[in-house]
Amino acid sequence: MNYWPLLGILLVVAGFALRWNPMLVVTAAALATGLLAGLDPVAVVSTFGKAFNDNRIIAVVWIVLPVIGLLERYGLQERATALIRSMQGATTGRLLALYLVYRQVTAAVGLMSTAGQAQTVRPLVAPMALAAAEQQWGPLDPAVAERVKSMAAATDNVGLFFGEDIFIAIGSIVLIQQTLAADGYTLAPFELAVWAIPSAVAACLIHGGRMLWLDRRLGGARR
Amino acid sequence: MISMTMLYAVVGVMFAGFAVLSALDRQNPRRLANAAFWGLMALSLLAGDRLGDFGNGLLVLGLAGIGGFNLLGKGRPATTSTTERETWSAKLGNRLFLPALIIPAVALVGTLAVAYTPLGTLGLFEPKRETYALLILGALLALHVLFAWLRPPASAPLQEGRRLVDSIGWALVLPQMLAALGAVFAAAGVGTVVGDTARAVIPDGSIFVTVLVYAFGMALFTMVMGNAFAAFPVLAAGIGVPLLIQQYHGSPAVIGAVGMLAGFCGTLLTPMAANFNLVPAALLDLKDRYGVIRAQVATAVPLLLFNTLLIYWVAFR
Repeated sequence: MNYWPLLGILLVVAGFALRWNPMLVVTAAALATGLLAGLDPVAVVSTFGKAFNDNRIIAVVWIVLPVIGLLERYGLQERATALIRSMQGATTGRLLALYLVYRQVTAAVGLMSTAGQAQTVRPLVAPMALAAAEQQWGPLDPAVAERVKSMAAATDNVGLFFGEDIFIAIGSIVLIQQTLAADGYTLAPFELAVWAIPSAVAACLIHGGRMLWLDRRLGGARR
Repeated sequence: MISMTMLYAVVGVMFAGFAVLSALDRQNPRRLANAAFWGLMALSLLAGDRLGDFGNGLLVLGLAGIGGFNLLGKGRPATTSTTERETWSAKLGNRLFLPALIIPAVALVGTLAVAYTPLGTLGLFEPKRETYALLILGALLALHVLFAWLRPPASAPLQEGRRLVDSIGWALVLPQMLAALGAVFAAAGVGTVVGDTARAVIPDGSIFVTVLVYAFGMALFTMVMGNAFAAFPVLAAGIGVPLLIQQYHGSPAVIGAVGMLAGFCGTLLTPMAANFNLVPAALLDLKDRYGVIRAQVATAVPLLLFNTLLIYWVAFR
């Protein structure tokens, strides 16, 4: 067996450990792996290019940028902040825990693209989480503000990942189905989707609990 | 029917607009690099199917060269000041949220309508791609509403979009490049080698150790590949099917479904999952590029343990 292509994996790990530019790491790993496997250079570049072209759907979500940018021009982030300030009892942790549940539930019914880092986190969720923290604790230390923003982005990811697999028509369910069908195990999407529920509940409890705990930590950081 | 080709064309025209405005931006000393980068993205979306595989490969190498050697600058198109934004925000009030909700509302109501009403039988959208088509329709509708209501300058959507796209920079293209890396790994047979090696190191007879290697292997290989979809077939073929299902008679549904979720825990921990972990760090102007990953560690690690134990507890009853 040809073990040389494994150097591609090593290159990826080393590249990130040394904090090289990820674009270079990925490109170098792809070229090195292909060449070490004995493919000719044209075939390596062609494989790389074909897959890039086949995955253009990933780029479609950026269509929201002009709308989000335009709304920011008219003060959307400031409005999100003002709304939170007008609410009694709004805290960063409660807000993010609520968003986690919203994101999990909508993803579980197949509405993955209705929220996201560009669509909702930057313009709405992160400013709201910051406003709630400032409302409660006064002006924030830059490191604390950075932590609150990171948590807002993390909440979106956790909600999406551990909600979407409950929805039976999602790509990952199809992939599991096809992979196992190749070995003769025929499963209905529903049989797989139900096994996403325990992990979804665990994700909600673990991350939701962390978000509620975050309120105490923020209080501690102030004192 | 609204096809993917048409959707790519709309997004491609947007990136072409970013490229032209970048080229004209004399404030940005790196304007030509920015114009070339977004221009290549536009070319990929508008003409990717006509470039041929090798042509697309050269296009990607161009993107990688500009992004990888940090040639991109940041355009600073004219926008409103913080004071002006405060004034607008006070003047417009909570009505400002309504255009923001148009995109998710159109995507949500539209997807449900296609799935559950006769609208779905009309064949308006390419099957399975409805949400993407509706996302674009929602964005166009939101733009119309904003123009009718606030009358911004005609170039404002593209200029404001460019402001955001430049703040994301090369990280925007990385997810697509990772998908391409996965294809090269597959063509090079990396998956087979990883699966065979993993099988060789597992001691015979221990279900628990096998489950542990399977679940943690899913997470680790996902971290390397940036994508649980790339890791799943490798670990399923290497360990899941031959050992857990065939040798130890585990439930295929549990091993498949929970194994994938163990991979998702890895997605939370890796910069390779750029669109989830690096793009938001750029979008939120975080100083630490890995800030989002740090925020996710304490969720991902306990969840990975939970998924590992879940497979062990329920797959072998």
